[in-house]
Amino acid sequence: MNIVVCVKNVPDSETRIKILSDGVSIDESMIKFDTNPHDEYALEAAAQLKEKLGGEVTAICLGDDNATSTIKRCLACGADNAIHLVAQNSRMADSLVVAQALANEIKNISFDIILCGKQSSDTDSHLVGGLVAQILNIPCISMVNEISVSDKKVAASRDVEGAKEILECSLPCLLTAEKGLNKPRYPSLRDIMKAKKKEIKRKEIMLNQGGIEILSMEYPPPRNEGKIVGEGPEAVSELIKLLKEEAKVL
Amino acid sequence: MDILVFAEQREGKLKKTAYEVVSVGRSLTDESNGKLTAVIVGYNIKNISKELGKFGASNILVADDERLDKFVPSAYSRVVSSIIKNKNPDVVLFPFSSMGKDLMPSVAARLGVSAASDCTKVEISDGEIICHRPVYSGKAVAKVSFSNKPAVISLRPNTFSITEKPVSPNITEVEIELSPNDFLTIIKEIVSAESKRPDLTEADIIVAGGRGIGGSEKFSILEELADLLGAAVGASRSAVDAGWRPQKDQVGQTGKTVSPDLYIACGISGAIQHIAGISSAKYIVAINNDTEAPIFKVADYGIVGDLFEVVPAIIGELKNVP
Ligand SMILES: Cc1cc2nc3c(=O)[nH]c(=O)nc-3n(C[C@H](O)[C@H](O)[C@H](O)COP(=O)(O)OP(=O)(O)OC[C@H]3O[C@@H](n4cnc5c(N)ncnc54)[C@H](O)[C@@H]3O)c2cc1C
Repeated sequence: MNIVVCVKNVPDSETRIKILSDGVSIDESMIKFDTNPHDEYALEAAAQLKEKLGGEVTAICLGDDNATSTIKRCLACGADNAIHLVAQNSRMADSLVVAQALANEIKNISFDIILCGKQSSDTDSHLVGGLVAQILNIPCISMVNEISVSDKKVAASRDVEGAKEILECSLPCLLTAEKGLNKPRYPSLRDIMKAKKKEIKRKEIMLNQGGIEILSMEYPPPRNEGKIVGEGPEAVSELIKLLKEEAKVL
Repeated sequence: MDILVFAEQREGKLKKTAYEVVSVGRSLTDESNGKLTAVIVGYNIKNISKELGKFGASNILVADDERLDKFVPSAYSRVVSSIIKNKNPDVVLFPFSSMGKDLMPSVAARLGVSAASDCTKVEISDGEIICHRPVYSGKAVAKVSFSNKPAVISLRPNTFSITEKPVSPNITEVEIELSPNDFLTIIKEIVSAESKRPDLTEADIIVAGGRGIGGSEKFSILEELADLLGAAVGASRSAVDAGWRPQKDQVGQTGKTVSPDLYIACGISGAIQHIAGISSAKYIVAINNDTEAPIFKVADYGIVGDLFEVVPAIIGELKNVP
């Protein structure tokens, strides 16, 4: 079972965003980076499938030099090989362009399953997995929270509005991971040391502009100043009154 | 500007997002003197498609086929993309629902165009379509424009208003071409949720609990309040990771983004990753016994106190209303 897992390096979830004076990008100089949260579930799933069924895991990451930390993490958490598609200023790049670059690279790898996080926490687009699958013309099951592989087939379940679905497809296929799929491991010191010996294949690439342009980046509109209605159950009547008469939501 | 919208139905029922995309499509086409086309895909759905006329869908294309009874992503994507190729609209609107999240990338890749997801505002400026989309987990908003046609866009559920604008629609059934290749993914089983509560992303009111609830059985007081209000029950990541609530109830950066009219946070501290999921709620109420809890900074109304006293008092007050 050969698995490709696509990972992205993103600003840590605690990051405060500062928009630069160009009005379209953010200040990355003070940012701490981390593996995209949903990609951790994809990576863990890849590692577990390999441990069960054998084969190799190749991590592939498109990003600038900061992404090295995420790639090292992949190598310490179950990936055997890593490919770094080095593209500067690619953080908010158009998802189609990113997916084309990933698909272009994955084409050269012999794989049974591609795993991606369902979305990345910077672009929040929820697109790359589905795009890669369609570009490679392979089936895709998204937002999976359970995977079972047998007989060249994958069954996966997911929650949609009001229901749980179980889908099935043949291999090769692409799956996107939802939180809850597994519990991502912490690498041991030994894993980290071993990972240092593994090679990261670096390939410089150029991304074209794509069909979407960011015109501006703004802070979200501030929320209205709130108020403390009171303390304890005595404040409840006043709260209900405000919700009915002021907010008009009850 | 000609606009084509994907009106989602499941089990023969139109989803709320169907009315939302049609309403947005209607107002944009009115503004730009364009033509609006709504597409609905499924089986035995001609009757429900008419309902879209109430919201201004003047042209409705129905893809009605037994093989499309259940949502098979690849088959739906094949059908929708061939309709788009055929109609050549300027703009395509999807909902950012589970179905839309599957369809949009697949359709965009088939068309070879870029797409903008989870938009919270769509406007026409100088004859161009501009979308506002929250990025960095809601910490910034990007305004984007398109250089490819069609502009493929998905709309955040529960965010755009539904406007009635009755027309008598032209309903046309489309020819469907499907091959075995379009069924590489199949649905094995669908298990409907036991709960009759609305889905988090569609609910008008959400009652959510965090670590302060202290156990799965103690969520029953939030469920009681939710049922009185016709609300959904949400949870913080701590409550989910503790095993008190299922993953699908999680609100926040690694859970769901919700946009209810009212979000009642009980025993939730208001971590930045939780706030990421609720910043498009219209009103936030916080009930927390710690005056310093960051949730009070984003709440419209706060009550400082023990939730096990405050929530029952709310239930009592609501029940007392004649
Ligand atoms: C990458 C990443 C992603 C994350 N994604 C999410 C996410 O999607 N959603 C999410 O929620 N979190 C997320 N988190 C976790 C987040 O950082 C917080 O740990 C979490 O939100 C805390 O949950 P909580 O507010 O329930 O618990 P706590 O922070 O422990 O807060 C509990 C609150 O309950 C109050 N309380 C206790 N008892 C009572 C009582 N009897 N009456 C009233 N109040 C009481 C306390 O004063 C406290 O404020 C993420 C973290 C990371 C690192």
